[in-house]
Amino acid sequence: MTDTAITPDAFEAHHDHAHESHAEHKPGFFARWFMSTNHKDIGTLYLIFAIVAGIIGGAISGLMRFELAQPGIQYLGTWASMLHGGAESLDQSLHLWNVLITAHGLIMVFFMVMPAMIGGFGNWFVPIMIGAPDMAFPRMNNISFWLLIPAFTLLLASPFFGAGAGTGWTVYAPLSTYGEPGPSVDMAILALHLAGASSILGAINFITTIFNMRAPGMTLHKMPLFVWSVLITAFLLLLALPVLAAAITMLLTDRNFGTTFFDPAGGGNPVLYQHLFWFFGHPEVYIMILPGFGMISQIVATFSRKPVFGYLGMAYAMVAIGVVGFVVWAHHMFTTGLPVDVKMYFTAATMIIAVPTGIKIFSWIATMWGGSISFKTPMVWAIGFIFMFTVGGVTGVVLANGGIDDYMQDTYYVVAHFHYVLSLGAVFSLFAGFYYWFPKMSGKMYNEFLGQLHFWVFFIGVNVLFFPMHFLGLQGMPRRIPDYTPQYEYWNGIATHGYEIMAAGMAIFFINLIWSLAAGKKAPDNPWGEGATTLEWTLSSPPPFHQFETLPKVD
Amino acid sequence: MFLASAADFLKRGKKAIMRILGLKAIVLAAGLALAGMGTATAQEAPQPAATPAATTSAASAPDASATPTPADPTLTADGQEKVTAFAHLGRPTDGALGLQDQVTPTGLEAHNFHNHLLLPIIIAICVFVLLLLIWVMFRYRQAANPTPSKTSHNTLIEVIWTVVPVLILVFIAIPSIKLLAHQYKPAPDNAVTLKAIGNQWFWSYEYPDNGDVSFTANMLKEKDQVQPGQRFRTDADGPRLLATDNRVVLPVGVPIRLVTTATDVIHSWAVPAFWIKLDAIPGRLNETQFTIEKPGVYFGQCSELCGARHGFMPIAVEAVPPAEFAAWVRSKGGSMPNDPNAPSDAAPAQRGAPGNDDTSTNAQEKGIVPTGDAVVNGASAAPITEQSATGSLED
Repeated sequence: MTDTAITPDAFEAHHDHAHESHAEHKPGFFARWFMSTNHKDIGTLYLIFAIVAGIIGGAISGLMRFELAQPGIQYLGTWASMLHGGAESLDQSLHLWNVLITAHGLIMVFFMVMPAMIGGFGNWFVPIMIGAPDMAFPRMNNISFWLLIPAFTLLLASPFFGAGAGTGWTVYAPLSTYGEPGPSVDMAILALHLAGASSILGAINFITTIFNMRAPGMTLHKMPLFVWSVLITAFLLLLALPVLAAAITMLLTDRNFGTTFFDPAGGGNPVLYQHLFWFFGHPEVYIMILPGFGMISQIVATFSRKPVFGYLGMAYAMVAIGVVGFVVWAHHMFTTGLPVDVKMYFTAATMIIAVPTGIKIFSWIATMWGGSISFKTPMVWAIGFIFMFTVGGVTGVVLANGGIDDYMQDTYYVVAHFHYVLSLGAVFSLFAGFYYWFPKMSGKMYNEFLGQLHFWVFFIGVNVLFFPMHFLGLQGMPRRIPDYTPQYEYWNGIATHGYEIMAAGMAIFFINLIWSLAAGKKAPDNPWGEGATTLEWTLSSPPPFHQFETLPKVD
Repeated sequence: MFLASAADFLKRGKKAIMRILGLKAIVLAAGLALAGMGTATAQEAPQPAATPAATTSAASAPDASATPTPADPTLTADGQEKVTAFAHLGRPTDGALGLQDQVTPTGLEAHNFHNHLLLPIIIAICVFVLLLLIWVMFRYRQAANPTPSKTSHNTLIEVIWTVVPVLILVFIAIPSIKLLAHQYKPAPDNAVTLKAIGNQWFWSYEYPDNGDVSFTANMLKEKDQVQPGQRFRTDADGPRLLATDNRVVLPVGVPIRLVTTATDVIHSWAVPAFWIKLDAIPGRLNETQFTIEKPGVYFGQCSELCGARHGFMPIAVEAVPPAEFAAWVRSKGGSMPNDPNAPSDAAPAQRGAPGNDDTSTNAQEKGIVPTGDAVVNGASAAPITEQSATGSLED
């Protein structure tokens, strides 16, 4: 859908610039989009992929919210019989719930946020921002994207080969080993392998590009903060994903080849899996938010018409978050019976992350302080991000306390916390970045009114959706349950209404997207004025097919 | 409340027959509910009751009515759960905003820590950031400030917003570490040991210090979900999806040593009103301790995704006075540690100074470690502070 909407437009836009040089020489349709070595085209493919995955993952969360709108099992039975055909047993219906939560988590993490942030915006703007003609390894860039297609296909097909993977996105053993026979879980694990390989290749590409292909004069300490954020994210990916790959490979061999890495009957340890998973999983949450930090820094500076406040502090705060992010993993495991002194260490270490995060929040506000702020759509999303990420961050400080987690662990308080930092943090930054760079990428202006309306409807929707989950968690409601005792009805009903509002907001986004691509005003090279100082605004909108044939000089 | 009289024995006999009959019907017909009542299931391995085809009559085989045992003091004469006076405690409240009320010293400490330290701090931070944002949006909007400043550094303010959060976090960390130390200090010698075993999808319980007391607890179904004659949930049992056929009975004012493990996948034993959540992991024994200070019925749910019926394996705990607990133990065929006929291995093991507590050794002495290679975690490294919870089981 979006594919056909963007593609012809991109052609037309390029034709406008066809007279400029042979930099505009483009291959035919198939060679251009299926055999691409162009970072901007691959970035566009990533963004289209992320939008499709986001629609699927968001629709699944809608199924979950409607099932939870009131106590009792409302729709799961119908859905299970639609999926498997014929009459469904109660357990099949309940298992479908676990399949839904698993799919929602995996899709949003691996197929929506990561492809959009790193693959989409990273591919599009890292080379341009450092003054490079393309990525260091253009063919590897292409395989990074195309590995995602079989990965996503495997995940989406898994419910049709067996009962579906109902392990949760964490795939904890032994539920994922001897708890769920059949090919579904194997397919989901292989999907993670492929997505992980894709990300590792992408990370190698970004690190090489940023270290080797900066334009003359673009020292590390002059790089835009978005490039810094992608560089740090790439290191996190490179160091964390192999650990995930090892852990889920052990799951596969436990499932299929008789090993007992995580089976106590054979001398294995189920908690080992959790250590390995969260050694990846905690850096993963920073992988999902750091590029967002970078985008917010660019946007806040642009629309305040002021350089970023405390640039070095901002860059090294992200480095600190990345480093400390590797030594806090067991705060996801406070109830697994860790020795008490280990809990004390992970409590203290986790709290430390609040310090660099606070530096970032205050630096963004200080960037706005003394500025001349215009409230264009990207800036509105960025300001929304700053506040909502603060709310999600402070509940993180609560959850950092190991003693508090004896109550909060695996309740809706945790669900509220990570949706505030991801759905209202990462996703807000994605929308901010999308509106910010849409004119550059497409050559068309988005509709300002629809953009503002999208923000307000979505902002109200997600807050009505996720804020009541704090109350549910404080009252003890466990996560990952398809039905709940009537004492949880009130706030669950409110949350489902929040989903409806949020869905209306998303409809406005898609209307805006289609309208802008079809009938948007032609975008100037720099629609944002003097505050937009990074290199992408020196190029045409959209940029030429190959930019910087002569490298720019940065002083 | 507890009368050990001859008349009571008679009543008990009648009641036991009724309960066993009801039990048999449930076990035979129900997919979800397996009810092990009275002393019946003491020697039985827990039956999973996972499929409707599970026809496990074994659980009800021994005839409890044959030997007169003391009456279960937590039930009414006709075998129903007694309605307790603390209905507002131990369960969620619809539309509530805050934490459930706490009935354990560590729970109260944590509740206090959250409500009076963490919550005010995080609200203050959010309000502070919001006010700053509103101020800069108003004061430095383009119309009010057409010419932006070029300030991009201020070392003093950067040091301040690094150091002040550090101080706030230290301020939070000190009571947080203390709380952990209190939660995971080893249970004292006179503690009652409760072993909770997670199964797909029900809990089974053992009282290793009290002889052969063991039973399973299944979620009670609603009236329209059971066959005629089967036991269904009533309001005396508790809220929908939280009530169980057999409640865990624990004494008030006596330290409880909670030990969890599982037979299949990972589960998590959680009761919000106790501020307790401890994963039940196959091949491991996790341990923590708590002391319940108020009698009442307290509900919780499995809190680690464990498969299809993860949402349907609730936990119900009934806290009663120690004397009533002792009577309940005897009604289940168990014994108190200082009973004259108590098995010697159930007596509290002699230990060295509390500071040298070795949980692993102690657990083996008490016969709660099934195999030699299980891992005991949780309490072993807790710094020893003063014992705040003391209690006695003399009756």
